[in-house]
Amino acid sequence: MASIPLFLSAAFHSCWLAQAPALETSKSSPNGLEALLQRLVHSYPAEGTWWGAIAAMLIACLAVFAFLNLFALFAVWLERKVSAHMQCRLGPMEVGPHGVLQTIADGIKLTVKEDIIPRVADKVLFIVAPIIVFTGTFIRFAPLPFGDYLVASDLNLGLFYIAAVGSVEVLGVIMAGWSSNNKWSLFGTIRTATQMVSYEIPIGIAFVTVAVSAGTLSTMQIVEQQSGWFWHWFVFRNPFLMVLSIIYLIASLAECKRSPFDLPEAESELVSGFHTEYTGIRFALFFLSEYAAMYLVSGVAVVAFFGGWYLGIPVIDRIGAAPDSSALAFVIGLLIKAHVLIGKAVGLVFVQMWVRWTLPRVRLDQMMSLCLKVLLPISLACLVGSALWDLFMGSLASGKEYSMFFWLE
Amino acid sequence: MRDIRTEEMLLNMGPQHPSTHGVFRVVIRTDGEMVLETESHIGYLHRCFEKVAENVSYVQVVPYTDRMDYVCSMINNLGWAEAVEKLLGIEAPERAQYIRVMVAELNRIASHLLAFGTYGMDIGAVTPFLYAFRDREKILKIFEKLCGQRLNYTYVRVGGVSFDITDEILKDIEDFCNYFEPDIIDEYNRLLSYNGIFISRTANVGVIPRQMAIGYGLTGPNLRGSGVRRDLRKDEPYCIYDRFQFEIPAGSGEQGQTGDCWDRYMVRIREMTQSIMIVRQALKGIPSGLHLDKKLQLKVKPPKGEAYHKVEGARGELGFHIVSDGSEKPYRVKTRGPSFCNISVLDELTRTGKCMVADMVAIIGSLDIVMGEVDR
Repeated sequence: MASIPLFLSAAFHSCWLAQAPALETSKSSPNGLEALLQRLVHSYPAEGTWWGAIAAMLIACLAVFAFLNLFALFAVWLERKVSAHMQCRLGPMEVGPHGVLQTIADGIKLTVKEDIIPRVADKVLFIVAPIIVFTGTFIRFAPLPFGDYLVASDLNLGLFYIAAVGSVEVLGVIMAGWSSNNKWSLFGTIRTATQMVSYEIPIGIAFVTVAVSAGTLSTMQIVEQQSGWFWHWFVFRNPFLMVLSIIYLIASLAECKRSPFDLPEAESELVSGFHTEYTGIRFALFFLSEYAAMYLVSGVAVVAFFGGWYLGIPVIDRIGAAPDSSALAFVIGLLIKAHVLIGKAVGLVFVQMWVRWTLPRVRLDQMMSLCLKVLLPISLACLVGSALWDLFMGSLASGKEYSMFFWLE
Repeated sequence: MRDIRTEEMLLNMGPQHPSTHGVFRVVIRTDGEMVLETESHIGYLHRCFEKVAENVSYVQVVPYTDRMDYVCSMINNLGWAEAVEKLLGIEAPERAQYIRVMVAELNRIASHLLAFGTYGMDIGAVTPFLYAFRDREKILKIFEKLCGQRLNYTYVRVGGVSFDITDEILKDIEDFCNYFEPDIIDEYNRLLSYNGIFISRTANVGVIPRQMAIGYGLTGPNLRGSGVRRDLRKDEPYCIYDRFQFEIPAGSGEQGQTGDCWDRYMVRIREMTQSIMIVRQALKGIPSGLHLDKKLQLKVKPPKGEAYHKVEGARGELGFHIVSDGSEKPYRVKTRGPSFCNISVLDELTRTGKCMVADMVAIIGSLDIVMGEVDR
């Protein structure tokens, strides 16, 4: 099981590395591979040719897209296996060893299935909706790092961008439910709109608090500040951030419509909610974006609270980090960091699945009161508390990077 | 700016909906998520049981009773067989009586397991469903060994039971009792019954006050959930139920008001423990001897007259009224099905103005209806 994410990220990285020589511009940089990778992945090279920049952007897009697809294949299989083993079943066993290729078979089935558009549906919206949902999820990956240097675009307002662009997905979901011309889908749509818009508030406040502590919104710089021992992670920085990380995890479940907040697609109430009428490849797009969103919220949680690509053990984290280290050490360090980040994110995805297959579903009014009466006030209090803590306690600790466990050092 | 115009929406729940537990249609008048009024439509599964029964012999009716409440066929068989026996004025052999009690109680557990599992699924927890099926499977395995059938047993016959129980099966039943109680029931309680979300979804939802429950003629766990301790096994003992020690669990508003969905749900969980108790006592007391009056299988010809017999099914009081004209076929059969009476309270429950669409699912699930019996 554990080898799957490793295999996946290795594939992802080989994809990067294979592309690298193709992009080598006439300018050879002094630092060789490092500079090349930096230019490649940051995709906004200050120097270099215009086609190099466009190619870098395309490669970044393709790489993220490839990762998303591979991850969705893996995650769907993982979900089925996790649920099966939690429920005294075996799950898919036939296609490939332990059914690892089952998702590929299902994917092929979905793509060749008849694509039905209901006669009374609003055709344009019906066709556009899954594209918007998928795009809305996909573009949120831009500032999300997959490892040190491995980010599609290191925006200076990364967290803000992720929170803001997330609303595009809601738009697509509303279009899907409305255009289906199905009353149950309409219910799902309204629930989605209510839920996702409400839960963006605690998530936004969690982001703001992290930004206040880190002094930046850039995802790369936020992770940089969590280097060193694992108690430098933001989750351990002060008790308020610890509470906020839990609030973020709860709200992120609602954000990607996962149980116990899966009201928009409540199987036993609305059958499938907003995507009841969708078949074939359009349904696959919804499915894909759901799993992509699961990775996204987990990845963001790792970046903002759980140390990003740092394992929390400086000896390992420092591999290849020194300016005079060899190219090999640099690449090994890069791979370790990417594995650590993706591994942590997959771990959180597993927690999401675990929760889904354990808990019942809440009701709409209970979900709203949980958000507005519990999560929102607590997160606001944590924002103030965290800021005050940083102001007063921060001066007690030595150095720039401190945590509530600074006395351990 | 003009006011935003809102309007009510008519919503068809069913006949094909995962949470109506069969082919059942409810037309819901909704205002947003709120349910204003519902109208139940039944009859999609009607297959003229009572008319069919007039055209086949007394023994041949037994398979048709299987298909009424198809998740606890044993008790349906039992009800029919005892009604005919009452008409004939005979009693089944002692050993058959013990076997009947055992299979009826095991089937009650299987039925409550199904109710527990699907109720968890209605509320959104899928895992309890598969846990319940894991254990229901063990009971079905026992029944399969006993009579070769897993769902429609036709096991309890007029004058006894169709196959004798072997020592091996008795051992299986004992193993199941030891496996199931108390460990597995505790597991269910930890997993679902006392889960905070589950309680918040079911407590104070779909409250049936004592008076309303009696007024609508509810029986079974739905009546006992409202705090009325009525159980035919205790109040009007049939078969040999008066020989066993057991309790009648009733709802007491532990998590909310008396008679809410949680109470009805919990009554079923607690009844499973009691059923295991009865099975254990029956295992100890089972005598040797005949299991079936074989002569009766060829020709059942009751004298002119009529008889009404009722038994406590998994869903409530199941009664058969048989009129005999002295021939080999019943002159008229009337069935009092528990699900049919229990479902009648649905429209009243949803008219409270506090019911949401998600509560509809919780209420229908807590009533635990089997459409095969409602429509017959």
